[in-house]
Amino acid sequence: MIGINSYLFVGAVLFTIGVLGIFLNRRNVILMLMAIELILLAVNINLVAFSAFLGDLTGQVLAMFVLTVAAAEAAIGLAILVIFFRRRGSIAVDDVNRMHG
Amino acid sequence: MIATIAFALFATLTIASALAVIFARNPVHSVLWLILAFFNAAGLMLLVGAEFIAMLLVIVYVGAVAVLFLFVVMMLDIDFASLRSGFTRNLPFGIIIALVLLGEIIVAEIAHKAGPALAGRQIPAAHQPNIVALGQLLYSRYLFAFEIAGLILLVAMIGAIVLTHRSRGDTRTPKVSKQLRRNPAEAVKLLDPGVGEGMKL
Repeated sequence: MIGINSYLFVGAVLFTIGVLGIFLNRRNVILMLMAIELILLAVNINLVAFSAFLGDLTGQVLAMFVLTVAAAEAAIGLAILVIFFRRRGSIAVDDVNRMHG
Repeated sequence: MIATIAFALFATLTIASALAVIFARNPVHSVLWLILAFFNAAGLMLLVGAEFIAMLLVIVYVGAVAVLFLFVVMMLDIDFASLRSGFTRNLPFGIIIALVLLGEIIVAEIAHKAGPALAGRQIPAAHQPNIVALGQLLYSRYLFAFEIAGLILLVAMIGAIVLTHRSRGDTRTPKVSKQLRRNPAEAVKLLDPGVGEGMKL
């Protein structure tokens, strides 16, 4: 029988992979955004697992709001990426600190 | 038994494709692996009976967010080889950080298991479908938060449009203020030219 611990383990591993992705692909913003999506997916798995095993639907409602914010964040992040690429011709994160003023 | 096998399959595939997302050389492949990870996570959520969230994951993530990523990756002409230059340099440090984080989370969960949080709680029998229960909760107790979520999406939509919109020089847009300032007295002139005289404007 699958317990809640199996789900929490999957969530933990997924979260760690997301953090590792942010660390490894320091220069590629698109991959960093994908790693953030993985982290939010791990959070959602945890929320849904707790919601199911505690018998309380609040977790699933919260997972829906996390989904909303993740979608909004991806849209805004990619829009910023597009205008940054238009201005600079590259998406290397190291160049972003020139963006003052 | 079949549930355990399904859980093992979905969990393994989710983690494997998440690893492929961050280690793939081609970002297009990364997006495709991300889609596979989302599908398998939706399967994981189906196993605990969260049907609505699972379908939402497929529709929102695979249908909208992943396609958005794919559009951006394919549209921008980016030299991805140079972007990977720091990869091997960051690898040992990143893996150390990741192992520490994973260990911490697992220890926290073991400690949590020792506590009384889960004791004595039973899963209530599902007497109504997941979507019905979720909808009743969303439109009653969480109505305000639900509206705020809609507002966040609206702000994100307007923000994305404003950020990426650029006015090209060769388009002719109507000048609204000039149009509104016109009135019949100066816009229309009634003339009554005589026969064979023509019209002077």
